[in-house]
Amino acid sequence: MNIVFNSHHLVFLLQGAGWTLVLSLIAFIGGGLVGFIVALCRISPSRSLRWLSMVYVQLVQGTPLLILMFLAYFGLSIVGLTLPALVAAGISMTIYVSAYVGEIWRGCIQAVPRTQWEAAECLALSRVQRMGLVVLPQALRIATPPTVGFMVQIVKNTSLASVVGFVELARAGQVVNNSLFEPFLVYMLVAGLYFLLCFPLSWWSRQLERRLLVGHRVEVAAA
Amino acid sequence: MSVILLDNVHKSFGTLKVLDGVTFSVNKGEVFAIIGRSGSGKSTALRCIDRLERVDQGRIRVCGHEVSDPQLDLRQLRRDVGIVFQSYNLFPHLTAAENIALAPRHSKGKTRKEAGEITARVLAQVGLSDKAQSYPEQLSGGQQQRVAIARSLAMEPQVMLFDEVTSALDPQLTGEVLKVMADLAAGGMTMVLVTHEMAFARNVAHTTLFMHTGRVWEQGGPDMFERPQTAELQQFLSAGL
Amino acid sequence: MTYKFDFTSVLAQWPLFVHGAWLTVKLSLAATLLGLLIGTLCAVGRGSRNPVVARSCAIYVEAIRNTPLLVQIFLVYFGLASIGLKVPAFVAAVLAMVINVGAYTTEIMRAGIESVHKSQIEAAECLALSRAQIYWHVILRPAMERVYPALTSQFVLLMLATSITSQISAEELTAIANRVQSDTFRSFETYAVVAVFYLLLSLLMRGAFWAAGQALFTRRRKLGTPL
Repeated sequence: MNIVFNSHHLVFLLQGAGWTLVLSLIAFIGGGLVGFIVALCRISPSRSLRWLSMVYVQLVQGTPLLILMFLAYFGLSIVGLTLPALVAAGISMTIYVSAYVGEIWRGCIQAVPRTQWEAAECLALSRVQRMGLVVLPQALRIATPPTVGFMVQIVKNTSLASVVGFVELARAGQVVNNSLFEPFLVYMLVAGLYFLLCFPLSWWSRQLERRLLVGHRVEVAAA
Repeated sequence: MSVILLDNVHKSFGTLKVLDGVTFSVNKGEVFAIIGRSGSGKSTALRCIDRLERVDQGRIRVCGHEVSDPQLDLRQLRRDVGIVFQSYNLFPHLTAAENIALAPRHSKGKTRKEAGEITARVLAQVGLSDKAQSYPEQLSGGQQQRVAIARSLAMEPQVMLFDEVTSALDPQLTGEVLKVMADLAAGGMTMVLVTHEMAFARNVAHTTLFMHTGRVWEQGGPDMFERPQTAELQQFLSAGL
Repeated sequence: MTYKFDFTSVLAQWPLFVHGAWLTVKLSLAATLLGLLIGTLCAVGRGSRNPVVARSCAIYVEAIRNTPLLVQIFLVYFGLASIGLKVPAFVAAVLAMVINVGAYTTEIMRAGIESVHKSQIEAAECLALSRAQIYWHVILRPAMERVYPALTSQFVLLMLATSITSQISAEELTAIANRVQSDTFRSFETYAVVAVFYLLLSLLMRGAFWAAGQALFTRRRKLGTPL
């Protein structure tokens, strides 16, 4: 029986895309919060905090996201929890994002000129005040282009959640393909949907970078 | 016998007229200085000689090449003309010796041994034999500029062009570069130099050209500096001390 | 928690893991070399005066950078099969990875090429060097030295991303991990051990790149400063 691609399939794919966005948001918010802490630890006056956060970043950045997904998935079942695949995917993506975003933001904080730190110190501001009132607001401006650029990586990397059974866009594509046996058509459509999600973010990131001063470019590791 | 000839050259950048009917010629072995205010068109005129800018109107002939001809063999022209820039433009990833040997090896097809001999000779000529293995960042501005001169000399050109080559240097370093240029002049090289160094133009150049608003305003020998004919040159000489 | 961690049964499989790591290295090396070639050609193409060439390279880069590697792998593997070309999984894996890393490398090389100031090219033209000679000696060589750290990071990420090819059953470390964990029923331990292997591979790769950089870029080795 030859099934033809119809609106049901398209809706299924679009639902998958919706879940892609949900997971991306969870990863960004969760990873952003943890990443912020990581960034602060990386520049902490405490040597042990600096060292710990560096080790954390090196470990996470040296492991494939797919392996992290498996570890989270099987790790959760060890602890005795039977939770939906979204939880495992969310946890592994949060960890993954926190390490990369933490490094990006650390770089941005350090890109704020030394003179700003010194000026704030000479105004007798405490460390917290220096960070909160002077450095971080400037770092935020510098951080916006690479962070938006990294959001593209997040959206693309959610595709790996398909491997632990979470039905986001890539998995939806696999399911549709299994009933249609039209891999080229299905995956081109899936690719097209990812493109529609990612390209605006890429474009926006480039616009932001162009508007920012040349001296504040930060290298982003691409994946 | 003129080696360089500019005949009624006009050039504009957009609406800005930079060269307005420039005519002059340079003979073999002549040291030809071009002076003038910023914006007078002197650098543009020099760059047109080596086809770094294209003229809108007029004719330029250099070492037998018709520079204004669109069919010109650019590489052959550039083998006959050497040019030294204000910002030296040395290749930062190569040593002084490698900078110098690059063009003889790849553009003139010299063997490694031949290129090595040429390199040693020109480095000695500019007084930097001991800096052959240094990278540009290890050299002072004056040394870098001398390497740049050596790099152009290594191509054994018929004509050497100098585009304000001491303007970017600290005053203490201009002397060493000017000395190299004076030695070259004494050796009979045909040279055209755009310069702000009035003393050099006066003492070394056979002919000096004063350019103003894109035109040849005055031209003459060293006595032009003592007896300027036009008010503009008078003003320029008294102001630009 | 009643789960008892048992690493011994997993660690007993270490020859398999080493073999898997070796396969990963082979896959990564092939993709790295070919990807660098494609990336450099495309970066040059992006700056081409021919609008068709420049546009095509730009479209290629944007298409790859805005779609996930997993989907690209599926397209290459299943897509080729559906038009009659049955390629072995390893070949499809290399192909997909080369296409993928080629796009990212293009952007990196493009940044390197654009970092070479116009005055350098002008000086080279005035030394009567040909266009090809200028591209190689004056543009690409310093460009590569400048972007070498970014290239290194890119290729280490590539090596980690080869884990995704396990999804089309290409033979590499993650695929072997999948088999081991289904045999031993020690899933967490298996992936933990494999994670360590990947970490070691990343360190090894960075070390190898560093050594290669020292050998290739004499200026950096002698002076220690960035270009």
